[in-house]
This record gives sequence, C-alpha cells and structure tokens, in this order.
Amino acid sequence: MNPLHILTRGLLVTLLVAPAFAFADDLVVRAERLMTGTGETIDDGVVVIEDGRITAVGPAASVRIPDDMPVRRAAVATPGLVDGRSVVGLAGALNQNHDQDQLERSAALQPELRAIDAYNPRETLVEWLREHGVTTVHTGHGPGEVISGQTLIAKTRGETIDEAVFVPFAAVAATLGDGALVDGEPRNSPGTRAKAVAMLRAKLIEAQEYLAKQDAEEPPARNLALESLVAVLRGEVPLMVEANRHQDIVTALRLAEEFDFRLLLTGAADATLVLDEIVAADVPVIIHPIMIRGSVHGERQNVSFTTPAELLEAGVATSLQSGYEGYVPKTRVVLFEAALGLGYGLSPEQALELVTMGPARILGIDERVGSLEVGKDGDVALFDGDPFEYTSHVVGVVIEGEVVSETVR
Amino acid sequence: MRIMPLRLVLTTLLGLALAAPALAETRAFVGARILSIADDPIDDGVLVIEDSRIVAVGARGDVSVPRDAELVELDAGTVIMPGIVDTHSHIGEVSGADRAGPIQPENRALDSVNLRSSGLKRALAGGITSVHVMSGSGHLISGQTLYLKLRDGNRIEELAYRFEDGAVAGGLKMANGTNPMGDAPFPGTRAKSAALLRQAYLDAQDYRDKRARDEEAERPPRDLGKDALVEVLEGRRIAHHHTHRHDDVITAMRLREEFGYRLVLHHVSEAWKVADEIAAADVPVSLIALDSPGGKLEAIDVSLESGGVLEEAGATVAFHTDDWITDSRYFLRMAAMSVRGGMSREAALRAMTIEGARMLDLADRVGTLESGKDADFVILSGDPLSSRTRVLETWVEGVRRFDLDDPEDRLVAEGGPGALTADDGAGHIHGIDGSTGGGQ
Repeated sequence: MNPLHILTRGLLVTLLVAPAFAFADDLVVRAERLMTGTGETIDDGVVVIEDGRITAVGPAASVRIPDDMPVRRAAVATPGLVDGRSVVGLAGALNQNHDQDQLERSAALQPELRAIDAYNPRETLVEWLREHGVTTVHTGHGPGEVISGQTLIAKTRGETIDEAVFVPFAAVAATLGDGALVDGEPRNSPGTRAKAVAMLRAKLIEAQEYLAKQDAEEPPARNLALESLVAVLRGEVPLMVEANRHQDIVTALRLAEEFDFRLLLTGAADATLVLDEIVAADVPVIIHPIMIRGSVHGERQNVSFTTPAELLEAGVATSLQSGYEGYVPKTRVVLFEAALGLGYGLSPEQALELVTMGPARILGIDERVGSLEVGKDGDVALFDGDPFEYTSHVVGVVIEGEVVSETVR
Repeated sequence: MRIMPLRLVLTTLLGLALAAPALAETRAFVGARILSIADDPIDDGVLVIEDSRIVAVGARGDVSVPRDAELVELDAGTVIMPGIVDTHSHIGEVSGADRAGPIQPENRALDSVNLRSSGLKRALAGGITSVHVMSGSGHLISGQTLYLKLRDGNRIEELAYRFEDGAVAGGLKMANGTNPMGDAPFPGTRAKSAALLRQAYLDAQDYRDKRARDEEAERPPRDLGKDALVEVLEGRRIAHHHTHRHDDVITAMRLREEFGYRLVLHHVSEAWKVADEIAAADVPVSLIALDSPGGKLEAIDVSLESGGVLEEAGATVAFHTDDWITDSRYFLRMAAMSVRGGMSREAALRAMTIEGARMLDLADRVGTLESGKDADFVILSGDPLSSRTRVLETWVEGVRRFDLDDPEDRLVAEGGPGALTADDGAGHIHGIDGSTGGGQ
C-alpha cells in the first residue's frame, strides 16, 4: 500500500471520530500560475474544491476561501491531465505474460471483452501516470486484433475497479492494418486487409440484424459480442479504430459511413496525408504518442512530430495518448508528449489542450473533467515550474479534492 | 589512448610532412551564448573555426577575428555547444554476432553499417556529431563496435575514428544479465555467463602469450576473435558492457578487475543501487533516461534518479540514446530528463559531451569547444535543456551537416513521408532482444 493511502485512510478514520475536521475531499489549491484549461491563466489563482467538486476558481484576491479548509500551494497548477488512450492497468510494467491483459489472441473479433474485468488499479504504470499528473485515463484493450475488446475510463486512484472506474464501457477498440493481421501463424485472425474488413463488416451486419430482432416477439438469446456492437450501432459508445496507414484511415471512414457509428481514430500516423478527408468526416483523432517508435512493415514510417499541431491547425478534435508500448519504456506519459510538441509547433495552450479538454471532449467527459471550472471534478496537477519543461516536477496530484500523490516526479 | 585525426593518419601513412593549407577557410560565429563545457558559459560569444578545427572561443571583444573570416551573426538567444557524443546507438542497420554462439568478438560493426540509412541523418538532426555504433546485446560478446564521426562519405571508413596506428577505432560489445541467455550454446544462468566470459579471456591471454613466442612455428594460428580480446586486454579496445541489475553490474566490474581491461558500463538501470561501488571502482557509466519503468523485467527498477545519484557518488556519467530505444533526434531531452531526476545542470551538459568523449577515448578531439579541437558543434535555438529548443545547425569538422532551414534536413528532423529510409531503426524494430540490432 502506498504510504499516502495509509495517510489518507488515517485521516478518514480520524474524521469519523472528529467530524469537526475538514473533509478529505475539501481542498484549496493556490498557485502562482493557475492554468485553468479554458485558455485562461490566472496569476496567484485559487481553486476551491468542496465535497470533491470545484466551487470557485479565480484570483486569490477575489475568491473567498472558506475557513479551516486545507490549502495546498504550488508554483503552477493545471487541471488533472486526461490521457486519451492507454492500456495501463491491463498492461503491466513487468511485461510478463501474467501482467499483459491488453490483448486476447484467441480470436479476431471479441467485442465482449470488458475492460472492467481486467483493469488493475494498483498497477505500477497507473501509479506512474498518476504521479505525472494524469488523473483520468482512457484505457483498456489494446490494438492488435480486428476487435480486441472494450475500454473504460478511470480516475487514476482507488484500490478496486469500483473505486477507480469513471466510465465502465467507453469504447470498442478495433484495429485496421498490419497490426491486426497475422503472418503465417495459425490463428483465427485475418491475413490481409480486405479479409479483416470483410470480417468486421460481417460482424457489424450480424449486430444490425441482432438489433433489429430485439423488438420481435421472440427476441434472440443474449449474445455478449453482439450486445457490445449494438452499443456501437446505437451510438452509445464509439468504435475506436487504430489505423495508421492512410488507406486504413480511409477504410475506417468508409465503415463509419456504412454503419453510421461514432468513429474515433487513434494512431493515425498518416493523418496529414488524408487531412481533408478527416476534416470532411468530422472525426476526432487520438494521435499516436509523438515519441512512438516505428513498427514492422513500416506502418508508422511517416510519423511526424508536427502532426498534432497540423491537426489542430486544421480544426480536428485532437488528443494525445500514452498508447501502447511493447518494450522499454512500457508506457508513454502524456505530460512528456505534450512537452515534446512545444518544439514542433504546439503553443503551451495547445499542449495543455491536447492532454486536458481535447481528450475530455472527444471522450464525452468534458462536463466533469478537463478544466478547472465551477461544477467540475476537483482534479488538479501541481508543478514546481512550467509543466512542459522537462526539468520541472509534478509535486502533487489531486483527484476530487483528495491528494492522491505527493511524490515529486 | 590518443586517437589521431584522419588527416594526420593519412599524412603519416603516406610519409608526408603536414603542409599548411594554402587557403584556410575561416569562419567566426558571433552573438550566441557559448557553452564550451571546458569553461563557464559565454554570453555574446565568438567561436572561430579554421577549416576543420576550432581556433578561438571567447567573448565578443576578447577574441580577435581574422580579417578574412566569414562572419556568421547568430540571433541573440541562440546557443552554441559542442557536438553531442552519443555513447551507445544502433543506427545504420548495424549488426554483429548472429546467435550461432554467445561469444563472437570477431564480428565488426564496420562490416555492417549502412551509412546511407536515415538513422545517421536523424543523429545529425539531434545534434550528434560522434556516435558509438554497436551491435545488440543478445550475446555475451557480440562484436567490435565503431566510433563514428558523422562526416559525409561513401565508405564507412571515411566516417571512422582511428587508433594511432590508423586502424579503425572502436570497442567491444559485451553483455550480461538476461539478454545473452538462451538455449545452449548460450548460457542459461548468470554463473554460466561469467564462466564463459572468464574462459574466453583466459584463452585470449594464453593466445597472446603464445603469439609472442620467438619461433614462428610455435605460435598458434591467428584467431580473429582472440585478436579482438587481446586488444581489450591491452587496453587499446574498451569493453562496453550492457548491464542492468545491481548484481550484474558488480559482476561486470569483477571481471574487469580480474583481467585488468578498461570498462564502460552501459544502461545500468540499477546504477542508483550501487553508485558508491561504481564510483569507488572508477568505472564510467553510459546512461539512458527513459519515460517510464517496465517493459523488461531486469530493468524494472530503472530510475531517472541514477544520473544524480551517480554524480553525488562521484562517478562519471555520459548519456546514450540506444537508438531505436530513444530517438537520436531528441537526444537533448536525455539531459533535461536527468536534471529532472536530480542531476546538476553542469553534469548533464558534460554527460552529453566531454564525458562521452572520454568514454570513447576521443576527448582530445571532441567534447568541448577549445582551440585545437575539431570544429564539431551545434547551434541551438535556445537553452539545451528546454523542451522548446530545436537544433538549428550541426557542424562536423567545419562542415555544416544539418541545417533546419534546408527542407530535406527539416523533413528528417520532424518526420513525415520520405523522412526515413526503409531500413531505419526509427521505422523498423530489429530483433527485440538484440539478436540483430538494438536492444536495451
């Protein structure tokens, strides 16, 4: 157990005995520079969090700070960061079979695999992201099969899935291109792009038919895989498609037109080659980590450090992600990704947007997280300097008014 | 060991006296902040180069600029620092041993590097001017490494640093821990790994002694692998040892003590656990800074704090990309991340330059901006440790080898269609445990 948790628990126990003391989820954050995530930066700003929610934001001079509320000071504070797409919690740091639950290889199409049945909130990599200011993570099944399973959105806290989970079923994860193909291995997965798409279309059509029969006198027996795809067809969750090569991106657009689902593109290494098409389709992009390495078959041969800036310039709803890493380092960190982007066309405001409101909007959770505004969750990252300089540190992390990390990273 | 400049080598080999060039090309770079590494930073500095050498470094007004010098005025805010030395890289499709056996010192990186790979251009885009190119770590000894100067050339020999006798300079790649383990003939345990290495060096000692016999008939036939190990035993070739866990680090140092060779520890994920021992043994460390732990079991305790802990203990630290593990194009980030982990700014700057040069026996040529050294330097848009800073130009021996204003160079620096050759490590992962290419 994290000593901090012990500390917090100790505090909670104390609270039960001494209720006059302030609640653990009441907190004031006061920062020399408060970057609210709305585009506004407040010098000597405060965020008042009561009962886990933000009740006031503004200059320290004009915001009334309730008596007895603990105050945490920092040089800079930002909204808790939002990681647009990850596999942490399913993928573990050890990189051994027993901690790699992000990809089930037994079949090409398994939309019934729930992330909530696999997510480990105590995983080292989750802690690593938390200590780097990430308070909300969209994670789950990774790329690597045509449909690898579901994703969830979690707050990076808690010791059980129930304490951590924010959106239990956030998206169905799909992959187009080489990443989902087999090369000679005896698996059930397709060997070519055309076969992969044929399999995916057949499954979606099956789900359409399953959906149509729901109102019949004798509805079909429950089918977990099809139920999951019905949620996609009904627009309840998006189909999140990892597609890196331009033809695979265009295929994803074609499928979204045919089946009228909400499409989220991820990876999208070739996004700038088909930028007009992406803009016309009004599809959000969770771009690959800027520091992603290349892949076999050259799927990411065209990766450019300037893609995030170009997507924003074109008006595409864009997010960064920590993505999936198969080796060392085992996860990216969106804070570092955003920082790298500053050298390649991103303004500090855009960098912040790509790890806060950008992903929050794309994931449909912007009413709760992504900026420091009244009514939203009290999720805050504290820094000892410019968040996007590598030489600065995260000095504290707050989720819903609770200090969940005091580690200096 | 001193390493001679190529020009000198060629003249010596040809038996010619070194003639002064008829028309020296002189350039003066004026106005930037100069981080010479040899001395305190100079605001509004002047760097004067003549052909391939530095002839003067100082503050404006303190340095006399030759009348015929081409004057290059740099914007205020720009920074000049020495060309970066990457102490461990796998660019250029480099290969060595082939998994036929665990000890293959006969393989030369020289015979494998594709100098047209965009990996070399990525390195220049990252401000790297000298790079230690080597095979992966899937063997106890995977071959002879290569110290490259990123000049232009069609033959890899044109890029190679040279030993004093003109032979291509490099070290020897060694590894312990899990990477070189496997089914027989590979070792299955750490003890077996050490036993195999010790026997190899004992055999090399025996070979060396017998090769020195007076009677030619009594000498054993030449053995390319043993020749390389003898060069290590003689101190001409440095042993560059991939190692992660604290006990493997100690083992690497124990072997070095037994055989008396010169050692540089590489990666050293758990350096922070044995920093005092490393410092006491006076063994230099080539470190990598990574964004997160994990991905490799024996490297699970890797920490950004290693640089600072080693510095505190008094050990010498340089950085490496291990490209493709981290991309050469953002080498500067390595230093900034290590400062984040607790290293001093000064030590981090030295770790990108002079300390790396020392670990490769190149310190009399590169690593600082000083009169007489090679004109290898980088012009940056700002402070080397800032995430906003870009490499504007990279100069090697007085030749501009990277220019951000050149569209082709910019493409390599930023990526995009056409930036990378198909073979390049940034676009293609070699055998992950280092059987052919890289491997942390």
